Amino acid sequence: MTPAARRLVSDGVSGLTFAAALLVVCPLLLIFGFLLYQGASAINVDFFLHLPKPVGEAGGGVANAIVGSVIMIGLAVAIGLPVGILGGVYLAESRDRRLPWVLRFVADVLNGVPSIVFGIFAYTVVVLPMRRFSALAGGLALGLILVPIVLRTTEEMVRLVPSALREAGLGLGLPQWKVSLRIIIPAARAGIITGFMVALARIAGETAPLLFTALGNRFWHQGLDQPIAALPLQIYAYAIAPYDDWHRQAWAGALVLITLVFLASLAARLATRGRSVAR
Amino acid sequence: MAADSMAGVGAADRLSLPPQAISRRRAALGDRIYRACVLASVWLVLVLAAGLVAALCWESWEAIRAFGLRFLVTSHWDPVAGEFGALPFIYGTLLSSLLALLIAVPLSLGAAIFLAELAPAWIRPPVAFLIEMLAAVPSVVYGLWGIFVLVPWLRDWVQPALATTLGFLPLFQGPPYGIGMLAAGLILSIMVVPYITSVSREVLLAVPGSQREAALGLGATRWEATRIAVLRYGRSGLIGAILLGLGRALGETMAVTMVIGNRPEIAASLFAPGYTMASVLANEFTEATSDLYVSALVEIGLLLLVITVVVNGFARLLVWSVGGPARGGRE
Repeated sequence: MTPAARRLVSDGVSGLTFAAALLVVCPLLLIFGFLLYQGASAINVDFFLHLPKPVGEAGGGVANAIVGSVIMIGLAVAIGLPVGILGGVYLAESRDRRLPWVLRFVADVLNGVPSIVFGIFAYTVVVLPMRRFSALAGGLALGLILVPIVLRTTEEMVRLVPSALREAGLGLGLPQWKVSLRIIIPAARAGIITGFMVALARIAGETAPLLFTALGNRFWHQGLDQPIAALPLQIYAYAIAPYDDWHRQAWAGALVLITLVFLASLAARLATRGRSVAR
Repeated sequence: MAADSMAGVGAADRLSLPPQAISRRRAALGDRIYRACVLASVWLVLVLAAGLVAALCWESWEAIRAFGLRFLVTSHWDPVAGEFGALPFIYGTLLSSLLALLIAVPLSLGAAIFLAELAPAWIRPPVAFLIEMLAAVPSVVYGLWGIFVLVPWLRDWVQPALATTLGFLPLFQGPPYGIGMLAAGLILSIMVVPYITSVSREVLLAVPGSQREAALGLGATRWEATRIAVLRYGRSGLIGAILLGLGRALGETMAVTMVIGNRPEIAASLFAPGYTMASVLANEFTEATSDLYVSALVEIGLLLLVITVVVNGFARLLVWSVGGPARGGRE
């Protein structure tokens, strides 16, 4: 091939990859556009403050579902966050050969396990013994999903802390635990917040693991051992129901959910914006 | 009284030791507690992973004993009669994921190459950010969009057009419902594209710059350098990225459940409704009345777990082979 032809091929392929990138981004704009178009009209103050109305009555909101989601996310964080952070610090600091490799591999594989499988697990260990769907089971399922994400980001972020900081701490005679908890983790704080936000964005939208753990509920929450509503569950129920008014609510709920998820993702980015400079 | 005597012992102990020794001892105690906590959480994760498999095996034992391997190869799913064969679900999961990869792989690899190699520097961060956002959209939102936008569009435009042009193929025959295998494959492809793109991009970025420079220095064009030096170097990582996408597609639940039609039949046509392993769990778990029914559903969950663990484990090893284990943890 002549140089001109080769350059032409190169430019052509560049154009194709550009088109691919454009096509990849397209659905995001389409989806977000439709959410705004369909959802914005159904959002008002009532939507955030009221319980769902029975079929046929217009209006009503998803307040109970929002509260339910917050409660279960809180449970998930209480269950998953400490384990994830400690495990991540271990991965970054350990000088062992085999155990960190195994843990890293297991965490990555767990990260790829379908979320509905965690739902089944929570069903067998909480719902079956208690003989009841509950907020606790939903929180456990979400907490398990959270662990591997937090664990791996914490590791990545703790690795970025300069080893001079650690050495300085140890050199001053501080015990290892103090160096880790008072120097390393605070130094990696921004990064850990990022991991936390990424995990939050992920579990806030999870529906499948809640189907047969939290089950959903059309009323306010009635205790951690009772079925509880969640925003994604409510969206699902409304979307597959045959009522126009519920479809509108589903769009509105989806708009609220996606806004929360995007805000969390954005916070995740902003928290570590200057991290390569700090290095 | 007991507390007093304890305090007394503590005081005596403190008096008899020099101050440095006390702080050292306390430090050693603190270190031991800290190490115990850290190791406990490490083992908790590992035990949990094992527990996941154990719990699913335990719950599905009844179905495994009742049907054995027949469960995997029979296609009769009749909860009322207590007959359970998972073949239609396995078929639906594999076909919809395959369809998704067919569409997603060229697009994501193209986008990843663009982002990592060919794009001007200023365009990379915003596009990478948009793709990250795409990965953050919850599955149920994709499903909602699928039901009300994608499915009507397929029913009214795409499927009639396919039927008239390619209708001689069995793949594109039958009434255009909109919902069905084609819709599931399409929505899945949209969902896995961001994963494959971002992992492939990381793999490409992990390829040493000297590879590119060597090719460019020998007179290669940008694309030739990418093809000869970068893609070949990162090949196993790219396959890993595709497998990670496959893992996502296999286990994806909500969006697929909402558009695939949920009928346990094996049809040749992509227009026909189908069912996947994940969606049968989503639809029927709360309605399962008999123990055998629940057990059969859990066995499907176990199958799904085993398949995704194998696919993901293999994918991770391939991705690690390019960039090392510290990379690629976060998609």
